[in-house]
Amino acid sequence: MTTFTKIPKEIEEALKKEGRSTSRRDFLRSSGLLVVGIGAASVVHINAPTAAAQAAGPYPDPDFRQLDSWIVIREDNTATFYVGKTDLGQGTGTAFRQIMSDELDIAYDRTSLVMGSTDVTVDQGGSGGSDALQRDGWPVRRVAAEARRVLLELASGQFSTPVDRLTVSEGVITVAADPSKSVTYGELISGRQFNVSLTGDNVNATTGRARLKTVQELKIVGQSIQRYDIPPKVDGSLKWAVDVKLPGMVHARNVKPSVAGAQLISIDESSVQDIPGFIQVVSKGNYVAVICEREEQAIQAARQLQVEWRKPTTAPFPASDDLHRFMRDATPTSNGEPRVVGNPEASLAEAANVVEAEYYVPFQGHTSFGPAHATADPSDDQLTIYSNDMKSYGLRNGVAQFLRMPRDRVRVVWMDGPQAYGRTAADDAGFEAAFLANEIGRPVRVQWMRHEETAWDTKAPAYSFKMRGGLDGQGNLVALDYDIRSVDYNHVGYNEHDSVLIAQLTGVRRTPSAGRASTPSDKYAIPNRRMSTHVVSLPLIWETPLRTGNLRDPDGPQVTFAAESFIDELAAAANADPIEFRMKLLTASDDDDGGFKRARSIATVKAAAEAYDWDTRPSPRPRSAGDILTGRGFAYSYRSETVAAEIVDVEVNRRTGHVWVKRIVCAHDCGLVVNPMGLRHTVECALLHSLSRALHEEVSFDTEKVTSLDWGSHPSLTHADTPESIEVVLVNGDPNPDRPDLPHYGAGEASCKPLLAAVANAIYDATGVRIRRVPFRDARVLAALDSADV
Amino acid sequence: MSKITLKVNGETHTVDIDPSTPLLYILRNDLDLRGPRFGCGLGQCGACTVIINGEAVRSCIRPTSSVQGQEITTLEGLAQDGALDPLQQAWIDEQVPQCGFCQNGQILTAKVLLDKNPDPTDAQVRQGMAGTLCRCMTYYRIQAAIKRAAKTIAAAKTQTGNEVVA
Repeated sequence: MTTFTKIPKEIEEALKKEGRSTSRRDFLRSSGLLVVGIGAASVVHINAPTAAAQAAGPYPDPDFRQLDSWIVIREDNTATFYVGKTDLGQGTGTAFRQIMSDELDIAYDRTSLVMGSTDVTVDQGGSGGSDALQRDGWPVRRVAAEARRVLLELASGQFSTPVDRLTVSEGVITVAADPSKSVTYGELISGRQFNVSLTGDNVNATTGRARLKTVQELKIVGQSIQRYDIPPKVDGSLKWAVDVKLPGMVHARNVKPSVAGAQLISIDESSVQDIPGFIQVVSKGNYVAVICEREEQAIQAARQLQVEWRKPTTAPFPASDDLHRFMRDATPTSNGEPRVVGNPEASLAEAANVVEAEYYVPFQGHTSFGPAHATADPSDDQLTIYSNDMKSYGLRNGVAQFLRMPRDRVRVVWMDGPQAYGRTAADDAGFEAAFLANEIGRPVRVQWMRHEETAWDTKAPAYSFKMRGGLDGQGNLVALDYDIRSVDYNHVGYNEHDSVLIAQLTGVRRTPSAGRASTPSDKYAIPNRRMSTHVVSLPLIWETPLRTGNLRDPDGPQVTFAAESFIDELAAAANADPIEFRMKLLTASDDDDGGFKRARSIATVKAAAEAYDWDTRPSPRPRSAGDILTGRGFAYSYRSETVAAEIVDVEVNRRTGHVWVKRIVCAHDCGLVVNPMGLRHTVECALLHSLSRALHEEVSFDTEKVTSLDWGSHPSLTHADTPESIEVVLVNGDPNPDRPDLPHYGAGEASCKPLLAAVANAIYDATGVRIRRVPFRDARVLAALDSADV
Repeated sequence: MSKITLKVNGETHTVDIDPSTPLLYILRNDLDLRGPRFGCGLGQCGACTVIINGEAVRSCIRPTSSVQGQEITTLEGLAQDGALDPLQQAWIDEQVPQCGFCQNGQILTAKVLLDKNPDPTDAQVRQGMAGTLCRCMTYYRIQAAIKRAAKTIAAAKTQTGNEVVA
């Protein structure tokens, strides 16, 4: 392998400025804070002979059981926190700094934070599942509290004064009885290491001996501190993962199979020989990439390369227009054990009024704004991947397995990147850059083109639903039957060495994952209820652009669309107000309400209704005259420990079918709020992401390939769709928001769930027409209105 | 390959490139600018926006040869004498970005919008910005920031006017 210097000076300086350079590793190494090979056997199956043959690699794991791995305090009384998380733009970095500053008792602006680079921050898994604060907020609070405890003990020794006679404020410890005696954290520790061991069976359980502050003692938590990452994002100074440049770096572009499941027959390299800067074609199995000196040359070469593919003999999937029918007719690959309460069939048979409906949500993609990219540097017998992948640790482990390299020779430097709400193609690009760099022995930057991203990123599974509900003579909901199907067989996980796209294309096959079909999350008390789940498969499960992966929540938007639309149908059948109908279902329960989920649902629904100024009446409203019909819709759901209740106003143009959501009210309870402004903005954007899915987004395909390839064929929400008003009401932990132990729950995804149903319910309220299929594009809405003579 | 002279953010650069190369790759890879970014390569999303002759231009589909000698402004060139443009400041005050990847296009498109129409209505903002996409869906905050910046700019003009009168 050619050696291309060390990590370039410019990059190393940038990393050094952020506290994650080699000096950080030297710091950790000097006191044994790096753990060589810990957990390697259980986490990753290293190719043993290779690992044994080489000396320890340059990137052992930071040890989560050492305080120094989490916090560094400098002589100037500033602190840097190291967390194994990534911030996808929702302000979790700022929130981590707030809770750690608060527990450490240091001013927020005297701190900095380093996130998610595998060689300098402990493995907290990167991001996902809205768990940044809900799960990972706890260990970081505990380590910060432990640092404060240790510093107080040091001061106690210095002043020969018991800890309980010391006070601490903003990084300065003072003897209570004699304020002339004080010392800063920086003076106490003065560049030395803590050398304090922590305990805990795993990183999430990491703890010292210090007690945490009560909610009432927290001062920085609860403040709307401005995000530190925003100024460099608006002045152009931030260095993103797309901006990485290395000496000797070359540019790669992929050439994807012409149709799904196509087999590579031949490549005519002479077709690109005339392109200046052309270096070589790299191919293995059905994976093909071109490599050139310059980026535009690689783009040109990928377009121009003549490749012969053999189409599969059977169609890989039905066309998107036929998918719902296909799903209904398919024999499931698995059937979940139905969850049954009471006797739904008997109850439905006796019901005064039975309502039945079918719903459908098509495949929807991430379609990240910036196509997948990564840069890999194979110099000096190590591999560094510069990536925005939200699970940087998984990328490191997966690449090490894929390339059969020891983990301690592979690192991922995490840098900012475009929107990512789950399993994006950033995983795939990271592996491709690593593979290509390894193949040619030079640093390689790879980026997908728009059409690749839109066609080949992982998709949220399509869902189809059959629902039945029974009302008694008084309009009470007595029976509910959900029958749910998803197209989710062989769902890909994150950074799996045997499921990323390049693995599939190079012929790696694992046992396909069963996939899942999810059920609604509500706290309705319904005496007879059944929820049945089924997973179906498309004919082609490998090397397909319709591979499914987690997209924001991941299945809540689909499931809640059907569930909360259908509850609305039942309310209408009962001639009841949609919120009153639901409140009856929430308050009818007599379970013990562990975790206050029912009480918090009730409080959140009430908060939404109050903020909206909801008046009680059934839907639909009397249809207004004129071209613009207006209506309101409600929906609610849970996600993990977080509850969201949403009300929207719509305007439906009966001449064009165009739907404008004019106003959104979202009541949101995620427990203790760390940064109200950051939370509000995240919720606003999550609402609009779901609005985009409600109004615009659908993956289109014929029987051999995806045909939605860009922002024309795959439309997204635009400025023109933006509501006039979005109100986010922070409910904050009812029934007792002042409790000293109020937990901080997750917030990235919960508000995504109810919005699709809220919009559908509002369209019904406005028009009397029920749209049971996403997205509510103009033509579809107009056709529904026309067929109902609206 | 041929030598092309570009004027970017007040500085002159000469590059030796294939003149049909889209401007975006020259700005990013030869001039080391980070503001303009690749989003679609089709002129659909706005991530690559730069300002040329007072117009918001999609640099991913603009051949470099066609902008030779023209004044090109990128996000990095918006601040004047170390002071952020009122739009950039409004973006911070309103805490607009989530991931921030699209915000180059949002800010520069808004800049041209306000330069042409300093007091746009809500409908004009929606329409004027409609072709500039954000997948984090920060639209609501962007529109608030544009209104805030418009007010700041108007107030500054009034103040300047008063000073002249005084």
